[in-house]
Amino acid sequence: MTNESTSRGSKLWYLLLIIPYIGVLWVPFFNSIQPEFNGIPFFYWYQFLWVIISAVLTWIVYRATG
Amino acid sequence: MNWTALTVFILLFAIVTVLGFVAARWRQGNLDQLHEWGLAGRRFGTVITWFLLGGDLYTAYTFIAVPALMFGAGAIGLFALPYTIVVYPFVLMVFPRLWSVAHKRGYITAADFVHGRYDSPVLALLIALTGILATMPYIALQLVGIQVVIGAMGFHGTGIIGDLPLIIAFAILAAYTYTSGLRAPAIIAVVKDALIYITVIAAVIIIPQQLGGFAHIFSSIPEKKLLLPVPPAGSLGAYSAYATLAFGSALTLFLYPHSVTGVLSASSRKVIRRNTALLPAYTFLLGLIALLGYMALVAGVHDMPAYAPYFKQYGPNFAVPALILHSFPAWFAGFAFGAIAIGALVPAAIMSIAAANLFTRNIYRPYVRPNCTDKQESSMAKLISLVVKVGALAFIIFLPLKYAIQLQLLGGVWIIQTLPAIVIGLFSRWLHRWALVLGWLAGMVSGTWMVASLQFKGTVYPLHLSGLTIPGYAALYALVINLVVAAVFTVVFNVLGVSSGKDHTAQDDYEADSDASA
Repeated sequence: MTNESTSRGSKLWYLLLIIPYIGVLWVPFFNSIQPEFNGIPFFYWYQFLWVIISAVLTWIVYRATG
Repeated sequence: MNWTALTVFILLFAIVTVLGFVAARWRQGNLDQLHEWGLAGRRFGTVITWFLLGGDLYTAYTFIAVPALMFGAGAIGLFALPYTIVVYPFVLMVFPRLWSVAHKRGYITAADFVHGRYDSPVLALLIALTGILATMPYIALQLVGIQVVIGAMGFHGTGIIGDLPLIIAFAILAAYTYTSGLRAPAIIAVVKDALIYITVIAAVIIIPQQLGGFAHIFSSIPEKKLLLPVPPAGSLGAYSAYATLAFGSALTLFLYPHSVTGVLSASSRKVIRRNTALLPAYTFLLGLIALLGYMALVAGVHDMPAYAPYFKQYGPNFAVPALILHSFPAWFAGFAFGAIAIGALVPAAIMSIAAANLFTRNIYRPYVRPNCTDKQESSMAKLISLVVKVGALAFIIFLPLKYAIQLQLLGGVWIIQTLPAIVIGLFSRWLHRWALVLGWLAGMVSGTWMVASLQFKGTVYPLHLSGLTIPGYAALYALVINLVVAAVFTVVFNVLGVSSGKDHTAQDDYEADSDASA
């Protein structure tokens, strides 16, 4: 268990969770075929990649704020 | 009739049925208590919660409908991916607090929390009714998943014979949910998810090989389908539709009673927090399943005479079953269909339990029988879980499918109206209880009106703002109206000195963890 002051300071970690919202909700940025990855259009591999990035960010915040 | 597939299917179904009944004895508790029957005694650890929530949130209907949307409409169908990406950061911020306060105060439903927090039976009743209303059509839609795969194996008669397999499947489900409560879907979810993962991994390895690789699949899809259409001048077009559908749906998902039931059945706050980083595995899976819609397009199943009658009956929902029949040997098709059908049973069971908990805790106990014993409360919940399932079954058998789909769309617009009371309530008690009631009313009416103005065909409402059209998810627009009304009337009621009631929760409750993991 972390003590009271550490867990209060660590609330800032939650700001990391804003990043996925910017990443996947700004649609004009990724609504394109190019750059392709192994023949997979950007629109698709970009959003699949964010599944992983978002999970990692969530894990970091979970660890840092526990 | 596809006998090989049917045999495998029935075998899987039989295994799951046995598990469902045996579940009553797993981590045994006194099932005459509602928190034992309806929350499995709040004992699930990280792994079971992962399976349970995965099986609960990513339903069979999703697995049929998302690829069907990709198959029919293209890129817009992929909004399910950003939706199930951004949901977890939100859940990590909000729902551990709900777990904590519910654990501390013995709450079983979100309406219990609202009652305690705002000292308002009226608001709690509205939250409970909204939950039940939104859940019913959702259960009905799970049946569609079962119906389509049963049809795919050759049962596509009309009348009572055609519906018989569905009735049998649901009767079995109803029986073990009645006896085992939440333990049944929890155990079955483990089997279901194993089957689904095997099916999808096999599908995304084998089918692209048959079709010449992923690159070839994508290059065979017309660009019109592959990307969202660029918005015309003066409109944000498909861009705002895609983003608001994803964001609004993410806000909505964990407000559904079956999600809350899944969250509250966890054994500690940490289990929920940890799962927000682990559940995205299902999101990745869902994305792969979405791509099956494109594979079905490229495989050309739509033009194969053998499948024509099915497409006529089930529409694009038949895309994935047809692809499976076309690409796999019969025994594996039976395996995959078993996965989809069992995938429908898990959420259907949890939804009916959640609706039963709400009815019993927040309607029956306070309004019908205030002095009921724990045993009577638990018996009532078991009975209601049956009623809810019979209702859903009747809905699918006697009414056209489009009503269930329309009501489920409306369900999302309705359930999001509980966000101010639940989510904001978890952080602050600033909003006045009567202002929340008025906000809820404004959100429900405006949301329903927006969907009605679209002839109940969709939920993307074209909002006009000084010359700019912003097509967006009606649920989100209605939520904004809800929040504005709630905020304005909070000020009004405070000025008028209307009592805001007594808060039955304490500040510390929201960070509390179970004794075991402290």
